Amino acid sequence: MGKFKENVIQPILDCWSLIVGLKITGKYFCKPLITVHYPRQVIDDENLATYGGHIELIGKPKDPAMPKCISCMMCVTNCPSKCLKVVKQKAPKPTPEQEAAMAAAKEAGEKVVKPKAPKNPLKFTYDYTLCSLCGTCIDNCPVKSLKFSNNMYWVATSRKEMNIDLLARLKEQATELSVPAPKTEAKPAAAEKEA
Amino acid sequence: MNAFLQNLIPLVIAMVGAMVWLGLNALVLVYCERKFAGHIQRRPGPFEVGPHGAIQPLIDGLKLMSKQLLTPDNADAILYWLAPILSMIPVLLLFMPIPYGPVLTGMEVNLGLLLILAFSSFNGLAVILAGWASNNKWGVLGAARAVSQTVAYEIPLLLTVLAISFMTGTLSLTEITSMQAGHIGNWFIWKQPLAFIIFIIAMFGETNRAPFDLAEAESELTAGFHTEYSSMGFGLFFMAEYGYMVVMCSVCSVLFLGGFHGPIPGIEGWWWMLVKTYALLFVMIWARWTFPRVRFDQLLNINWKWLLPLATFNLLATALIIKL
Repeated sequence: MGKFKENVIQPILDCWSLIVGLKITGKYFCKPLITVHYPRQVIDDENLATYGGHIELIGKPKDPAMPKCISCMMCVTNCPSKCLKVVKQKAPKPTPEQEAAMAAAKEAGEKVVKPKAPKNPLKFTYDYTLCSLCGTCIDNCPVKSLKFSNNMYWVATSRKEMNIDLLARLKEQATELSVPAPKTEAKPAAAEKEA
Repeated sequence: MNAFLQNLIPLVIAMVGAMVWLGLNALVLVYCERKFAGHIQRRPGPFEVGPHGAIQPLIDGLKLMSKQLLTPDNADAILYWLAPILSMIPVLLLFMPIPYGPVLTGMEVNLGLLLILAFSSFNGLAVILAGWASNNKWGVLGAARAVSQTVAYEIPLLLTVLAISFMTGTLSLTEITSMQAGHIGNWFIWKQPLAFIIFIIAMFGETNRAPFDLAEAESELTAGFHTEYSSMGFGLFFMAEYGYMVVMCSVCSVLFLGGFHGPIPGIEGWWWMLVKTYALLFVMIWARWTFPRVRFDQLLNINWKWLLPLATFNLLATALIIKL
Protein backbone atom coordinates (compact mmCIF):
# COMPACT_ATOMS: atom_id res chain seq x y z
CA MET A 1 0.00 0.00 0.00
CA GLY A 2 2.88 2.30 0.82
CA LYS A 3 4.35 1.79 -2.62
CA PHE A 4 1.02 2.48 -4.24
CA LYS A 5 0.78 5.75 -2.39
CA GLU A 6 4.33 6.69 -3.29
CA ASN A 7 4.12 5.77 -6.96
CA VAL A 8 0.54 6.59 -7.86
CA ILE A 9 -1.16 8.93 -5.41
CA GLN A 10 1.79 11.21 -4.80
CA PRO A 11 2.50 12.01 -8.48
CA ILE A 12 -1.15 12.94 -8.98
CA LEU A 13 -1.07 15.23 -5.96
CA ASP A 14 2.21 16.69 -7.20
CA CYS A 15 0.43 17.88 -10.33
CA TRP A 16 -0.79 20.76 -8.19
CA SER A 17 2.70 22.23 -8.51
CA LEU A 18 1.98 22.75 -12.23
CA ILE A 19 -0.91 25.03 -11.28
CA VAL A 20 1.30 26.83 -8.79
CA GLY A 21 3.85 27.45 -11.53
CA LEU A 22 1.21 28.79 -13.88
CA LYS A 23 -0.06 31.05 -11.11
CA ILE A 24 3.40 32.48 -10.55
CA THR A 25 4.04 33.23 -14.21
CA GLY A 26 0.52 34.56 -14.55
CA LYS A 27 1.14 36.92 -11.68
CA TYR A 28 4.38 38.12 -13.21
CA PHE A 29 2.61 38.59 -16.52
CA CYS A 30 0.27 41.12 -14.91
CA LYS A 31 3.00 43.03 -13.07
CA PRO A 32 4.49 46.15 -14.65
CA LEU A 33 7.67 45.82 -16.69
CA ILE A 34 10.98 46.51 -15.01
CA THR A 35 13.12 47.16 -18.06
CA VAL A 36 13.93 50.59 -19.46
CA HIS A 37 13.34 51.54 -23.08
CA TYR A 38 16.75 53.10 -23.41
CA PRO A 39 16.60 55.85 -26.02
CA ARG A 40 13.21 57.06 -24.81
CA GLN A 41 13.83 56.52 -21.11
CA VAL A 42 16.92 56.74 -19.00
CA ILE A 43 17.80 54.97 -15.77
CA ASP A 44 16.69 56.83 -12.65
CA ASP A 45 19.40 58.21 -10.39
CA GLU A 46 18.82 55.63 -7.70
CA ASN A 47 19.73 52.77 -10.01
CA LEU A 48 22.44 54.75 -11.73
CA ALA A 49 24.23 55.17 -8.40
CA THR A 50 24.70 51.41 -8.08
CA TYR A 51 26.02 51.02 -11.62
CA GLY A 52 29.68 50.03 -11.77
CA GLY A 53 31.23 51.48 -14.89
CA HIS A 54 34.88 52.14 -15.61
CA ILE A 55 37.00 53.39 -12.73
CA GLU A 56 37.60 57.06 -12.07
CA LEU A 57 39.48 59.25 -9.64
CA ILE A 58 37.96 60.92 -6.61
CA GLY A 59 38.85 64.54 -6.02
CA LYS A 60 39.84 66.11 -2.75
CA PRO A 61 36.85 67.42 -0.86
CA LYS A 62 38.21 70.97 -0.88
CA ASP A 63 39.67 70.90 -4.38
CA PRO A 64 37.58 68.59 -6.57
CA ALA A 65 39.86 68.99 -9.57
CA MET A 66 42.80 67.55 -7.63
CA PRO A 67 42.73 63.79 -6.98
CA LYS A 68 43.28 62.35 -3.54
CA CYS A 69 45.84 60.10 -5.18
CA ILE A 70 49.32 60.01 -3.65
CA SER A 71 50.97 58.18 -6.59
CA CYS A 72 51.83 55.22 -4.39
CA MET A 73 51.44 52.88 -7.38
CA MET A 74 49.45 50.33 -5.37
CA CYS A 75 46.76 50.26 -8.04
CA VAL A 76 49.29 49.77 -10.83
CA THR A 77 51.07 47.00 -8.91
CA ASN A 78 47.87 45.15 -8.10
CA CYS A 79 46.08 45.53 -11.39
CA PRO A 80 45.79 42.02 -12.93
CA SER A 81 45.02 43.44 -16.37
CA LYS A 82 47.79 46.04 -16.37
CA CYS A 83 45.42 48.70 -17.59
CA LEU A 84 46.55 51.56 -15.37
CA LYS A 85 49.49 53.86 -15.97
CA VAL A 86 50.57 56.34 -13.33
CA VAL A 87 53.46 58.76 -13.76
CA LYS A 88 54.80 60.35 -10.63
CA GLN A 89 55.64 64.01 -10.54
CA LYS A 90 59.31 64.92 -10.42
CA ALA A 91 60.64 67.21 -7.75
CA PRO A 92 60.64 70.77 -8.96
CA LYS A 93 63.94 72.45 -9.64
CA PRO A 94 65.03 74.32 -6.54
CA THR A 95 64.61 78.06 -6.77
CA PRO A 96 67.74 80.26 -6.24
CA GLU A 97 66.73 80.96 -2.64
CA GLN A 98 66.23 77.28 -1.91
CA GLU A 99 69.56 76.50 -3.58
CA ALA A 100 71.24 79.06 -1.39
CA ALA A 101 69.53 77.61 1.68
CA MET A 102 70.63 74.12 0.67
CA ALA A 103 74.18 75.24 0.16
CA ALA A 104 74.13 77.00 3.54
CA ALA A 105 72.80 73.88 5.22
CA LYS A 106 75.49 71.77 3.56
CA GLU A 107 78.21 74.10 4.74
CA ALA A 108 76.86 74.17 8.24
CA GLY A 109 76.78 70.35 8.24
CA GLU A 110 73.04 70.35 8.84
CA LYS A 111 70.53 68.13 7.10
CA VAL A 112 69.95 69.22 3.54
CA VAL A 113 66.24 69.88 2.86
CA LYS A 114 65.59 69.20 -0.79
CA PRO A 115 62.30 70.36 -2.28
CA LYS A 116 59.88 67.41 -2.22
CA ALA A 117 58.00 66.15 -5.26
CA PRO A 118 54.25 66.83 -5.04
CA LYS A 119 52.31 63.68 -4.22
CA ASN A 120 49.61 63.99 -6.82
CA PRO A 121 50.30 62.12 -10.08
CA LEU A 122 51.48 63.79 -13.25
CA LYS A 123 49.61 61.36 -15.47
CA PHE A 124 46.93 58.83 -14.69
CA THR A 125 45.73 56.95 -17.76
CA TYR A 126 43.43 53.98 -17.84
CA ASP A 127 42.88 51.56 -20.73
CA TYR A 128 39.25 50.47 -20.55
CA THR A 129 39.73 47.89 -23.31
CA LEU A 130 41.94 45.87 -20.96
CA CYS A 131 40.13 46.47 -17.68
CA SER A 132 38.22 43.54 -16.23
CA LEU A 133 36.39 45.73 -13.70
CA CYS A 134 37.62 43.53 -10.86
CA GLY A 135 37.90 46.46 -8.47
CA THR A 136 41.25 45.38 -7.06
CA CYS A 137 42.67 48.89 -7.59
CA ILE A 138 39.76 50.38 -5.67
CA ASP A 139 40.22 47.95 -2.78
CA ASN A 140 43.96 48.55 -2.62
CA CYS A 141 43.97 52.32 -2.82
CA PRO A 142 45.23 53.49 0.59
CA VAL A 143 43.65 56.94 0.25
CA LYS A 144 40.41 55.82 -1.40
CA SER A 145 41.04 57.88 -4.48
CA LEU A 146 39.41 55.44 -6.93
CA LYS A 147 35.82 54.39 -7.51
CA PHE A 148 33.59 52.88 -10.17
CA SER A 149 31.99 55.62 -12.22
CA ASN A 150 28.34 55.63 -13.20
CA ASN A 151 29.20 56.67 -16.73
CA MET A 152 26.49 54.48 -18.18
CA TYR A 153 25.80 55.97 -21.59
CA TRP A 154 29.41 56.30 -22.63
CA VAL A 155 30.14 55.25 -26.19
CA ALA A 156 33.56 55.06 -27.81
CA THR A 157 34.15 54.48 -31.48
CA SER A 158 37.83 53.58 -31.33
CA ARG A 159 40.34 51.94 -29.03
CA LYS A 160 42.09 55.22 -28.61
CA GLU A 161 39.00 56.77 -27.08
CA MET A 162 38.79 53.89 -24.64
CA ASN A 163 42.15 54.92 -23.25
CA ILE A 164 40.94 57.49 -20.76
CA ASP A 165 42.98 60.24 -19.13
CA LEU A 166 41.48 60.07 -15.67
CA LEU A 167 43.05 63.36 -14.54
CA ALA A 168 41.43 65.22 -17.40
CA ARG A 169 38.16 63.50 -16.62
CA LEU A 170 38.35 64.57 -13.00
CA LYS A 171 38.98 68.15 -14.06
CA GLU A 172 36.00 68.05 -16.38
CA GLN A 173 33.81 66.66 -13.63
CA ALA A 174 34.99 69.37 -11.26
CA THR A 175 34.02 72.11 -13.71
CA GLU A 176 30.70 70.40 -14.33
CA LEU A 177 30.06 70.25 -10.61
CA SER A 178 30.62 73.97 -10.25
CA VAL A 179 28.01 74.55 -12.97
CA PRO A 180 25.55 71.76 -12.21
CA ALA A 181 22.57 73.02 -14.15
CA PRO A 182 23.35 71.82 -17.71
CA LYS A 183 24.43 68.34 -16.57
CA THR A 184 20.97 67.12 -15.66
CA GLU A 185 19.42 68.48 -18.81
CA ALA A 186 22.17 67.42 -21.15
CA LYS A 187 21.76 63.68 -20.53
CA PRO A 188 18.17 63.14 -21.71
CA ALA A 189 18.76 65.55 -24.57
CA ALA A 190 21.76 63.56 -25.72
CA ALA A 191 19.73 60.37 -25.38
CA GLU A 192 16.98 61.76 -27.56
CA LYS A 193 19.48 62.79 -30.19
CA GLU A 194 20.72 59.22 -30.41
CA ALA A 195 17.22 57.93 -30.86
CA MET B 1 -17.34 18.16 -65.79
CA ASN B 2 -19.75 20.54 -64.16
CA ALA B 3 -20.05 18.40 -61.05
CA PHE B 4 -16.29 18.06 -60.89
CA LEU B 5 -15.90 21.83 -61.01
CA GLN B 6 -18.59 22.25 -58.39
CA ASN B 7 -16.57 20.08 -56.05
CA LEU B 8 -13.23 21.47 -56.99
CA ILE B 9 -13.86 25.20 -56.71
CA PRO B 10 -14.92 25.23 -53.03
CA LEU B 11 -11.95 23.02 -52.26
CA VAL B 12 -9.54 25.40 -53.97
CA ILE B 13 -11.11 28.33 -52.14
CA ALA B 14 -10.84 26.45 -48.86
CA MET B 15 -7.20 25.59 -49.58
CA VAL B 16 -6.33 29.21 -50.29
CA GLY B 17 -8.26 30.21 -47.19
CA ALA B 18 -6.32 27.66 -45.15
CA MET B 19 -3.02 29.04 -46.47
CA VAL B 20 -4.02 32.58 -45.52
CA TRP B 21 -5.28 31.40 -42.16
CA LEU B 22 -2.07 29.51 -41.52
CA GLY B 23 0.13 32.45 -42.50
CA LEU B 24 -1.87 34.91 -40.43
CA ASN B 25 -1.86 32.57 -37.47
CA ALA B 26 1.88 32.11 -37.68
CA LEU B 27 2.38 35.88 -37.64
CA VAL B 28 -0.05 36.51 -34.80
CA LEU B 29 1.14 33.57 -32.73
CA VAL B 30 4.82 34.41 -33.08
CA TYR B 31 4.04 37.93 -31.94
CA CYS B 32 1.85 36.73 -29.08
CA GLU B 33 4.42 34.18 -28.03
CA ARG B 34 7.24 36.71 -27.89
CA LYS B 35 5.11 39.31 -26.15
CA PHE B 36 3.83 36.75 -23.67
CA ALA B 37 7.35 35.52 -22.98
CA GLY B 38 8.50 39.08 -22.51
CA HIS B 39 5.79 40.06 -20.11
CA ILE B 40 6.16 36.89 -18.07
CA GLN B 41 9.83 37.78 -17.69
CA ARG B 42 8.85 41.41 -17.07
CA ARG B 43 10.42 42.84 -20.22
CA PRO B 44 8.53 44.29 -23.17
CA GLY B 45 9.37 41.72 -25.87
CA PRO B 46 9.52 43.03 -29.45
CA PHE B 47 8.93 46.75 -29.30
CA GLU B 48 10.82 48.67 -31.95
CA VAL B 49 9.29 47.65 -35.29
CA GLY B 50 5.81 49.06 -35.62
CA PRO B 51 3.60 50.08 -32.71
CA HIS B 52 4.59 47.84 -29.79
CA GLY B 53 6.59 45.72 -32.24
CA ALA B 54 3.46 44.57 -34.04
CA ILE B 55 5.06 44.06 -37.44
CA GLN B 56 8.18 42.40 -36.07
CA PRO B 57 7.06 38.88 -37.15
CA LEU B 58 6.34 40.15 -40.66
CA ILE B 59 9.80 41.68 -40.87
CA ASP B 60 11.30 38.46 -39.51
CA GLY B 61 9.45 36.55 -42.22
CA LEU B 62 10.81 38.89 -44.88
CA LYS B 63 14.28 38.47 -43.47
CA LEU B 64 13.95 34.69 -43.60
CA MET B 65 12.73 34.82 -47.19
CA SER B 66 15.58 37.03 -48.31
CA LYS B 67 18.25 34.73 -46.92
CA GLN B 68 20.17 32.16 -48.91
CA LEU B 69 19.05 28.54 -49.05
CA LEU B 70 22.04 26.46 -48.02
CA THR B 71 22.44 22.73 -48.42
CA PRO B 72 25.11 21.28 -46.16
CA ASP B 73 27.97 19.20 -47.56
CA ASN B 74 27.18 15.51 -47.96
CA ALA B 75 23.53 16.15 -47.23
CA ASP B 76 20.98 14.19 -49.20
CA ALA B 77 19.69 17.15 -51.16
CA ILE B 78 16.41 15.63 -52.33
CA LEU B 79 15.33 14.37 -48.92
CA TYR B 80 16.74 17.47 -47.30
CA TRP B 81 14.47 19.80 -49.27
CA LEU B 82 11.57 17.37 -49.32
CA ALA B 83 11.35 17.43 -45.53
CA PRO B 84 10.15 21.02 -44.94
CA ILE B 85 7.66 20.69 -47.79
CA LEU B 86 6.41 17.43 -46.37
CA SER B 87 6.06 19.10 -43.02
CA MET B 88 4.10 22.04 -44.38
CA ILE B 89 1.72 20.55 -46.96
CA PRO B 90 -0.26 18.22 -44.65
CA VAL B 91 -1.00 21.14 -42.34
CA LEU B 92 -3.04 22.78 -45.08
CA LEU B 93 -5.02 19.58 -45.51
CA LEU B 94 -5.61 19.34 -41.77
CA PHE B 95 -7.57 22.59 -41.80
CA MET B 96 -10.05 21.21 -44.35
CA PRO B 97 -12.37 19.08 -42.20
CA ILE B 98 -12.40 21.41 -39.17
CA PRO B 99 -15.75 23.17 -38.85
CA TYR B 100 -14.85 26.76 -38.03
CA GLY B 101 -18.44 27.89 -38.37
CA PRO B 102 -21.85 26.68 -39.48
CA VAL B 103 -20.85 27.25 -43.10
CA LEU B 104 -17.16 27.81 -42.61
CA THR B 105 -16.05 24.23 -43.18
CA GLY B 106 -13.52 23.53 -45.88
CA MET B 107 -14.63 20.04 -46.72
CA GLU B 108 -17.53 18.11 -45.26
CA VAL B 109 -16.15 14.62 -44.76
CA ASN B 110 -17.58 12.03 -42.45
CA LEU B 111 -14.10 10.76 -41.60
CA GLY B 112 -12.67 14.14 -40.62
CA LEU B 113 -11.10 12.97 -37.38
CA LEU B 114 -9.42 10.06 -39.07
CA LEU B 115 -8.09 12.36 -41.77
CA ILE B 116 -6.60 14.69 -39.19
CA LEU B 117 -5.03 11.89 -37.20
CA ALA B 118 -3.63 10.24 -40.31
CA PHE B 119 -2.14 13.32 -41.90
CA SER B 120 -0.80 14.88 -38.72
CA SER B 121 1.52 11.86 -38.45
CA PHE B 122 3.24 13.13 -41.59
CA ASN B 123 5.10 15.56 -39.40
CA GLY B 124 7.00 12.70 -37.79
CA LEU B 125 8.15 11.55 -41.21
CA ALA B 126 9.15 15.05 -42.22
CA VAL B 127 11.13 15.50 -39.03
CA ILE B 128 13.02 12.23 -39.37
CA LEU B 129 13.81 13.03 -43.02
CA ALA B 130 15.06 16.48 -42.05
CA GLY B 131 17.23 15.16 -39.26
CA TRP B 132 18.64 12.27 -41.26
CA ALA B 133 19.24 14.12 -44.53
CA SER B 134 21.01 17.10 -43.00
CA ASN B 135 24.06 14.98 -42.14
CA ASN B 136 24.36 16.47 -38.70
CA LYS B 137 24.51 14.63 -35.40
CA TRP B 138 22.27 17.15 -33.67
CA GLY B 139 19.79 16.69 -36.46
CA VAL B 140 19.78 12.91 -36.17
CA LEU B 141 19.47 13.03 -32.40
CA GLY B 142 16.64 15.53 -32.63
CA ALA B 143 14.89 13.48 -35.27
CA ALA B 144 15.22 10.26 -33.26
CA ARG B 145 13.78 11.98 -30.23
CA ALA B 146 10.99 13.62 -32.22
CA VAL B 147 9.91 10.35 -33.77
CA SER B 148 9.88 8.31 -30.58
CA GLN B 149 8.00 11.16 -28.93
CA THR B 150 5.35 11.80 -31.57
CA VAL B 151 4.74 8.09 -32.12
CA ALA B 152 4.36 7.57 -28.39
CA TYR B 153 2.07 10.54 -27.80
CA GLU B 154 -0.11 9.70 -30.75
CA ILE B 155 -1.46 6.65 -28.97
CA PRO B 156 -3.10 8.33 -25.96
CA LEU B 157 -4.26 11.09 -28.28
CA LEU B 158 -5.94 8.52 -30.49
CA LEU B 159 -7.50 6.73 -27.54
CA THR B 160 -9.05 9.90 -26.16
CA VAL B 161 -10.37 10.84 -29.58
CA LEU B 162 -11.76 7.33 -29.86
CA ALA B 163 -13.61 7.78 -26.58
CA ILE B 164 -15.36 10.80 -28.05
CA SER B 165 -16.28 8.99 -31.23
CA PHE B 166 -17.56 6.03 -29.18
CA MET B 167 -19.90 8.46 -27.47
CA THR B 168 -21.03 10.18 -30.62
CA GLY B 169 -20.83 7.25 -32.99
CA THR B 170 -19.23 9.36 -35.70
CA LEU B 171 -15.86 10.50 -36.94
CA SER B 172 -17.20 13.62 -38.57
CA LEU B 173 -16.16 16.78 -36.79
CA THR B 174 -19.26 18.60 -38.02
CA GLU B 175 -21.55 16.04 -36.40
CA ILE B 176 -19.53 16.02 -33.20
CA THR B 177 -19.95 19.79 -33.06
CA SER B 178 -23.67 19.65 -33.70
CA MET B 179 -24.10 17.18 -30.82
CA GLN B 180 -22.73 19.80 -28.43
CA ALA B 181 -25.20 22.46 -29.51
CA GLY B 182 -27.35 24.27 -26.99
CA HIS B 183 -25.61 25.39 -23.86
CA ILE B 184 -22.32 24.94 -22.05
CA GLY B 185 -23.59 21.83 -20.24
CA ASN B 186 -23.65 19.90 -23.49
CA TRP B 187 -19.95 20.25 -24.08
CA PHE B 188 -18.07 16.98 -23.97
CA ILE B 189 -15.54 18.33 -21.50
CA TRP B 190 -18.07 17.59 -18.73
CA LYS B 191 -18.64 14.05 -19.93
CA GLN B 192 -14.99 13.31 -20.65
CA PRO B 193 -12.87 15.42 -18.26
CA LEU B 194 -10.09 12.83 -18.08
CA ALA B 195 -9.97 12.58 -21.85
CA PHE B 196 -9.71 16.36 -22.05
CA ILE B 197 -6.71 16.46 -19.72
CA ILE B 198 -5.00 13.59 -21.53
CA PHE B 199 -5.70 15.27 -24.86
CA ILE B 200 -4.14 18.53 -23.66
CA ILE B 201 -1.00 16.78 -22.40
CA ALA B 202 -0.69 14.65 -25.54
CA MET B 203 -1.19 17.80 -27.59
CA PHE B 204 1.98 19.28 -26.08
CA GLY B 205 3.82 16.07 -26.93
CA GLU B 206 2.46 15.88 -30.45
CA THR B 207 3.32 19.43 -31.38
CA ASN B 208 6.83 19.27 -29.85
CA ARG B 209 6.08 22.20 -27.60
CA ALA B 210 7.77 22.96 -24.30
CA PRO B 211 7.85 21.34 -21.78
CA PHE B 212 8.02 18.45 -24.28
CA ASP B 213 10.19 20.15 -26.91
CA LEU B 214 12.91 17.52 -26.70
CA ALA B 215 13.23 17.43 -30.47
CA GLU B 216 14.54 20.97 -30.63
CA ALA B 217 15.96 21.37 -27.10
CA GLU B 218 18.10 24.43 -27.81
CA SER B 219 20.32 23.93 -24.80
CA GLU B 220 21.32 20.39 -25.78
CA LEU B 221 20.83 20.01 -29.53
CA THR B 222 21.26 23.59 -30.77
CA ALA B 223 18.03 23.33 -32.74
CA GLY B 224 17.50 19.60 -33.16
CA PHE B 225 16.21 18.43 -36.50
CA HIS B 226 16.25 21.86 -38.15
CA THR B 227 19.79 22.80 -37.11
CA GLU B 228 21.04 22.93 -40.69
CA TYR B 229 18.07 24.63 -42.26
CA SER B 230 18.43 28.23 -43.33
CA SER B 231 16.01 30.72 -44.80
CA MET B 232 12.50 29.48 -45.57
CA GLY B 233 13.53 25.85 -45.07
CA PHE B 234 13.52 26.70 -41.42
CA GLY B 235 10.61 29.06 -41.97
CA LEU B 236 8.44 26.23 -43.27
CA PHE B 237 9.17 24.05 -40.25
CA PHE B 238 8.41 27.00 -38.06
CA MET B 239 5.13 27.74 -39.79
CA ALA B 240 4.22 24.06 -39.75
CA GLU B 241 4.83 23.93 -36.00
CA TYR B 242 2.44 26.80 -35.43
CA GLY B 243 0.04 25.27 -37.93
CA TYR B 244 -0.02 21.99 -35.99
CA MET B 245 -0.60 23.93 -32.80
CA VAL B 246 -3.60 25.69 -34.32
CA VAL B 247 -4.96 22.43 -35.75
CA MET B 248 -4.58 20.60 -32.45
CA CYS B 249 -6.21 23.41 -30.49
CA SER B 250 -9.03 23.63 -33.02
CA VAL B 251 -9.63 19.88 -32.82
CA CYS B 252 -9.55 20.10 -29.04
CA SER B 253 -12.13 22.85 -29.01
CA VAL B 254 -14.31 20.91 -31.45
CA LEU B 255 -14.09 17.68 -29.46
CA PHE B 256 -14.41 19.05 -25.95
CA LEU B 257 -15.47 22.68 -25.99
CA GLY B 258 -18.39 22.64 -28.38
CA GLY B 259 -16.72 24.03 -31.48
CA PHE B 260 -18.55 27.05 -32.82
CA HIS B 261 -21.39 26.76 -30.32
CA GLY B 262 -21.43 29.39 -27.62
CA PRO B 263 -21.86 28.70 -23.92
CA ILE B 264 -25.31 30.29 -23.94
CA PRO B 265 -27.99 29.08 -26.37
CA GLY B 266 -28.75 31.36 -29.27
CA ILE B 267 -25.37 32.84 -30.05
CA GLU B 268 -23.18 30.77 -32.26
CA GLY B 269 -20.69 31.53 -34.95
CA TRP B 270 -17.11 31.29 -36.02
CA TRP B 271 -15.95 33.74 -33.36
CA TRP B 272 -16.61 31.18 -30.62
CA MET B 273 -14.32 28.75 -32.37
CA LEU B 274 -11.72 31.49 -32.64
CA VAL B 275 -12.03 32.42 -28.97
CA LYS B 276 -11.74 28.80 -27.83
CA THR B 277 -8.84 27.98 -30.12
CA TYR B 278 -6.92 31.02 -29.04
CA ALA B 279 -7.65 30.40 -25.38
CA LEU B 280 -6.09 26.95 -25.75
CA LEU B 281 -3.18 28.40 -27.70
CA PHE B 282 -2.55 30.88 -24.92
CA VAL B 283 -2.53 28.07 -22.42
CA MET B 284 0.12 26.36 -24.57
CA ILE B 285 2.22 29.51 -24.72
CA TRP B 286 1.75 30.13 -21.02
CA ALA B 287 2.86 26.59 -20.22
CA ARG B 288 5.91 26.96 -22.44
CA TRP B 289 7.17 29.92 -20.46
CA THR B 290 6.36 28.33 -17.12
CA PHE B 291 7.54 24.73 -17.12
CA PRO B 292 11.11 23.58 -17.59
CA ARG B 293 11.82 20.96 -20.22
CA VAL B 294 11.43 17.37 -18.99
CA ARG B 295 14.12 14.74 -19.38
CA PHE B 296 13.64 12.23 -22.17
CA ASP B 297 13.01 9.24 -19.92
CA GLN B 298 10.54 11.31 -17.93
CA LEU B 299 8.82 12.28 -21.15
CA LEU B 300 8.33 8.68 -22.21
CA ASN B 301 7.44 7.59 -18.67
CA ILE B 302 4.66 10.16 -18.54
CA ASN B 303 3.33 8.75 -21.76
CA TRP B 304 3.67 4.99 -21.31
CA LYS B 305 3.10 4.76 -17.56
CA TRP B 306 0.44 7.40 -17.13
CA LEU B 307 -1.29 8.66 -20.24
CA LEU B 308 -1.62 5.33 -22.00
CA PRO B 309 -3.15 3.36 -19.09
CA LEU B 310 -5.40 6.27 -18.18
CA ALA B 311 -6.55 6.71 -21.75
CA THR B 312 -7.21 2.99 -22.10
CA PHE B 313 -9.13 2.97 -18.84
CA ASN B 314 -11.09 5.99 -19.97
CA LEU B 315 -11.93 4.32 -23.27
CA LEU B 316 -13.04 1.08 -21.59
CA ALA B 317 -15.13 2.97 -19.07
CA THR B 318 -16.75 4.96 -21.87
CA ALA B 319 -17.51 1.78 -23.79
CA LEU B 320 -18.99 0.19 -20.69
CA ILE B 321 -21.22 3.16 -19.93
CA ILE B 322 -22.42 3.33 -23.52
CA LYS B 323 -23.19 -0.40 -23.53
CA LEU B 324 -25.14 -0.10 -20.29
